[in-house]
Amino acid sequence: MRKLAMVWMVLCLVLSAGTVLAEPLRIGALFSITGPAAFLGEPEKNTLEMLVKEINAKGGVKGQPVEAVIYDTTGDPTKAVQLATKLIKDDKVVAIIGPSTTGETMAVKPITEKEQIPLISCAAGIKITDPVNPWTFKTPANDHIAGEKILNYAVGKGQKKFALLTVSDGFGSSGREQLKGLLAKKGLELVADETFGPKDTDMTAQLTKIRAAGPDAIICWGTNPGPAVVTRNVKQLGIKIPLYMSHGVASKKYIELATPEAAEGVMLPAGKLTVFDKIKESDPQARLLKEYDAAYRKTFGVEASTFGGYAYDALQLIVAAVQKNGASSDQIRSGLEQTSKVVGVSGVFTMSAGDHNGLDLSAFEMVRITAGDWAIIQ
Amino acid sequence: MDFSQQISQYILSGLATGAIYALIGLGFAIIYNSTGIINFAQGEFVMLGGMFGVYFHTVHNFNLAVALLLAILFAAVSGVLFERLAIRPLRRATPLGLVIITIGGSILVRGLAMLVWGKDTHALPTFSGDEPLSLAGATLLPQHMWIFALTVLLIVLSKLFFQFTITGKALRACAVNQRAAGLVGIDVRRMVMFSFLLASGMGALAGIIIAPLTMTSYDVGIMLGLKGFCAAIIGGMSNGLGTVLGGLILGVLEALGAGLISSGYKDAVTFIILLLILFLRPQGLFSRGESERV
Repeated sequence: MRKLAMVWMVLCLVLSAGTVLAEPLRIGALFSITGPAAFLGEPEKNTLEMLVKEINAKGGVKGQPVEAVIYDTTGDPTKAVQLATKLIKDDKVVAIIGPSTTGETMAVKPITEKEQIPLISCAAGIKITDPVNPWTFKTPANDHIAGEKILNYAVGKGQKKFALLTVSDGFGSSGREQLKGLLAKKGLELVADETFGPKDTDMTAQLTKIRAAGPDAIICWGTNPGPAVVTRNVKQLGIKIPLYMSHGVASKKYIELATPEAAEGVMLPAGKLTVFDKIKESDPQARLLKEYDAAYRKTFGVEASTFGGYAYDALQLIVAAVQKNGASSDQIRSGLEQTSKVVGVSGVFTMSAGDHNGLDLSAFEMVRITAGDWAIIQ
Repeated sequence: MDFSQQISQYILSGLATGAIYALIGLGFAIIYNSTGIINFAQGEFVMLGGMFGVYFHTVHNFNLAVALLLAILFAAVSGVLFERLAIRPLRRATPLGLVIITIGGSILVRGLAMLVWGKDTHALPTFSGDEPLSLAGATLLPQHMWIFALTVLLIVLSKLFFQFTITGKALRACAVNQRAAGLVGIDVRRMVMFSFLLASGMGALAGIIIAPLTMTSYDVGIMLGLKGFCAAIIGGMSNGLGTVLGGLILGVLEALGAGLISSGYKDAVTFIILLLILFLRPQGLFSRGESERV
């Protein structure tokens, strides 16, 4: 009897829900909201929730409200895989945004490809979209674009011998591979190739070795706090060689941790969100960046981060694809592939069957840290 | 820059890092010596010290010295609470059970710290400036001098404490035989609590003096705890010089390994040493083998 009543109640709920609301556009999201990659997942989740609210307040997409089903993967690929299956089988989502890290994305990718659900990853690893799979996309610019930006600038300054100092995690080792390839391609010399652990607290040994190798410039590739320690150690050792950082530290937090005095003169490729108040008014992204930052500050009380932008762009791209093509998984997929000049937080996206990222060198600005702030350099 | 300058930089950097490991290792040794427990939550007290320091200094704007004392106090109280709530209720548990409880406790403390203070990395200002000091062709920061000085001070104090005070002697008695210590009128429970107080306070001090250099966040305790544990193992879990030498050796070998072999193997060096010691000289490098009387 009890069971019957339960079934009845559930049936009522399901039916009433179906009749009262218009069928929503249901989009899944996998973010590492807690755990070691929480600095990625948290702004991504915040941004997505904010943007969904904003879209629905404006009447949804073609009259359909958007519903985001967000799960926390805690940065664990196994969990990401389980949750992806849950999103597809139970929540019946038409597309998935995330996961936040390259490792999780590579684990989830085979499932979304098999189930034919478009996956728009918020992770930067180049492996995600190279080689291209019809169902997998990503919004962060490839690491090698950031690397190329650095090397183009450095070559312009006549620097020929480089030392690499990379963190021994996914981000660092991917950056290390890309940079080594780029150096070889451009005929530049690699004189030292050192690594450090994500939680290491002193890099003077590596830097001493690098100094002895006599490079023209040092390129450090990592995310906080490692690069901040490197920056302080460079000052401690009195090394005067130009220091480049990756886009992974393009936030004020890095300057704060490294201290403005030690960070003075450090150069890095930064996404335009970092310098949104310094780019030209004519920049196609200028307005969107200003609005995103203002909205984020208003809702969460902190400045918007590049990472949140990855989720922002992913949803924008899906919305654009739905508007162009229709709301089924297949239509979204082919719509994404036809993305052309969609202005986002990370850059201006133009995708094709052979390019599932759609960003180029214009996604970054080279900046130099001057008096604790960013200054754009040409 | 010639080779000898490189070597001296490696050694000095290694000594500086090693002194940190030594301070953390001492906390392990103190608790082990009075309770027989290896407290894997020791790294979390280091984290708590740093985070409380940041909290009092940057959120409440106390000056650095006051923030430092408050942080040590709060971390020490957390240590006592940890003992009261997690260790004492299970006095009859096996050593293995207690060790596992300390691991569980450390995960809990880390989780709470994450919830309360967030996931960001924080830095404290240095105690006396950032101007590097030159020493034998190598450079160090004034903060490193603080680390050396405080480490030496703590070793001397703890040596005096364990040798010459009643409480210190009582703690040592508990280490030898808790039952016998109880029979001669030592309040064993209080001594255990006291050892947690000491160890967590010491860990917290380590956490604060390294925070300006290495920065701190809710999850720094794991790696620092492991390195401190290695230092204590190399030193044979001694309360004094052994653990300190263990820490210094570890730091120097790490720096030399990173500089001369490859930085990719830096942590591997630590754990290879740990394994070798555990296999070949489980009693530590410096102590003679202990004979168990039956």
